[in-house]
Amino acid sequence: MGTISLKNARKAFGDAVIIPGADLDIKDGEFVVFVGPSGCGKSTLLRMIAGLEDLTSGAIHIDGKDMTNEAPSKRGLSMVFQSYALYPHMSVRGNISFGLKMAGLPKAEIEAKVAKAAATLNLTEYLDRKPRQLSGGQRQRVAIGRAIVRNPEGFLFDEPLSNLDAALRVNMRLEIMQMHKDLGATMIYVTHDQVEAMTMADRIVVLNRGVIEQVGSPLELYNKPDSLFVAGFIGSPKMNLIQGSEAKKYDATTIGIRPEHLAISQKEGTWPAKIRLAEHLGADTFLHVDAGPCGMMTVRAEGEYDATADAKIFLTPEPSRIHRFDKDGKAIRK
Amino acid sequence: MARTVSTRRKLIVTAIAWAIGLLIFFPILWTILTSFKTEGEAIALPPKFLFFDWTLENYGVVQERSDYLKFAMNSIMLALGSTFFALVIAIPSAWAMAFAPGRRTKDLLMWMLSTKMMPPVGALLPIYLIFRDFGLLDTRGGIITVLMLLNLPILIWMLYTYFKEIPGEILEASRMDGASLGKELLYVLTPMAIPGIASTLLLNIILAWNEAFWTLALTTKDAAPLTQFIASYSSPEGLFWAKLSAASTMAIAPILVLGWFAQKQLVRGLTFGAVK
Repeated sequence: MGTISLKNARKAFGDAVIIPGADLDIKDGEFVVFVGPSGCGKSTLLRMIAGLEDLTSGAIHIDGKDMTNEAPSKRGLSMVFQSYALYPHMSVRGNISFGLKMAGLPKAEIEAKVAKAAATLNLTEYLDRKPRQLSGGQRQRVAIGRAIVRNPEGFLFDEPLSNLDAALRVNMRLEIMQMHKDLGATMIYVTHDQVEAMTMADRIVVLNRGVIEQVGSPLELYNKPDSLFVAGFIGSPKMNLIQGSEAKKYDATTIGIRPEHLAISQKEGTWPAKIRLAEHLGADTFLHVDAGPCGMMTVRAEGEYDATADAKIFLTPEPSRIHRFDKDGKAIRK
Repeated sequence: MARTVSTRRKLIVTAIAWAIGLLIFFPILWTILTSFKTEGEAIALPPKFLFFDWTLENYGVVQERSDYLKFAMNSIMLALGSTFFALVIAIPSAWAMAFAPGRRTKDLLMWMLSTKMMPPVGALLPIYLIFRDFGLLDTRGGIITVLMLLNLPILIWMLYTYFKEIPGEILEASRMDGASLGKELLYVLTPMAIPGIASTLLLNIILAWNEAFWTLALTTKDAAPLTQFIASYSSPEGLFWAKLSAASTMAIAPILVLGWFAQKQLVRGLTFGAVK
């Protein structure tokens, strides 16, 4: 049904190579998140799948068929844009029904489908309003309504929540996840927010400079990052990366240990450190400490940790949680 | 203190604005006034401003001697016809340049504009010969083509700037929704660009209505617009100021009225995108 595969898909503008060649297989009904820092090519990759950008070389297969040169509308995909991209001159009804009208469906059928989509998204009473008369969250719903009403094989989301405020973002995140559960359609979701990626994805695709660094479930990426980049990008606060003699002890150029995998003790431990700053979140306390030869590190202490500046503490890493990387930044696995 | 200064300043600025406005408007006002004078009063020294014997005699003579409606009809046909065909070409062109620019798009735009910098008389002879050989002299079709080509660069430039303001993602959304290129232009781009297209249309009608060089050179009778109508009062029978003024007033009246009603739209269109 909604399988999507990229076969050495490449994108270049003249000499500027955006995507050097991506291979990826997305299963039917999967929720895949493309994540990476801005400018890593994740949106370009999504737009290539949508058909809004041509491929320089390679191929894209959707549902087993070669769609590399098909028009966007022929691919059976819907897209939700970051800016919502609603038609400002049309009512909510007009926006949602536009795709159906283009497909030439009979009027009665269009109306029934629009009514159903509007009901699911709580938009029924706004159907006759123009987009400018709606709040950000409502506009987002209209954009989603426009996508689901066509009953596509797959959905493409291009940073759809980045224009919403924090509280609304969490709500919409849950709604999109619920929608995925209800519809069972393939979804590809682009974000730069690794928290969104971790919470929503079946599988995460981490991109860096146009290259797919690693593909895996959220916990795979968290527990077994393939590279320094993935190690640093996934997880919040970031993994502590230590180089030099301390790393040599583990036969690595760099070792990484997450803030939540360090034990704190007042008396003894592997690394002595001095507290510089403490962030109190209530449930947790993040300590920023100066660990001498290991450099600055972040440590998570459970609950309210009574931290006085310059207090001396000792840190002990959980041995099984130490990540080792070679000089190319690749993970060393035993 | 500060308030009185600013009030005084406001007064001065307003006065200057009015003075400049009246200065620009004066020739038109004087033409209109002269059209109501007798030929004698029209050349009287010192000139009479408002206190003369108002008469409609000139209008009667003008209408009797030449068929105003025929010229006016031609003017309308030429202005509307050239504007219509220009828009049909300019909208897709501007779309292509705004949303699918190539490496040479900027050069192309500059080149189009540069054709407006050439003195038109430089192209008069070849165009006249083409018109003669193809039997286009004094035909509406021929003049419409010339006027359309003449204003096309300005139209494309204006539409290009309006289209640039429209977020490309909205057009992409329509593509995802299954709109073909034609439907995308018709249902999404054009309605969104209506203010810009309307002011471009109005400006083009005004430019085409006022165009004198080519209409005078390429028409004589059948396709002659109001510019010919005015011109016919200047040379052959010597200068009759009052009648010439009456003819001019009749020629510019429709476009003045159109401009008056459309000025809000025109200003909005011409400053489109300048202020957010």
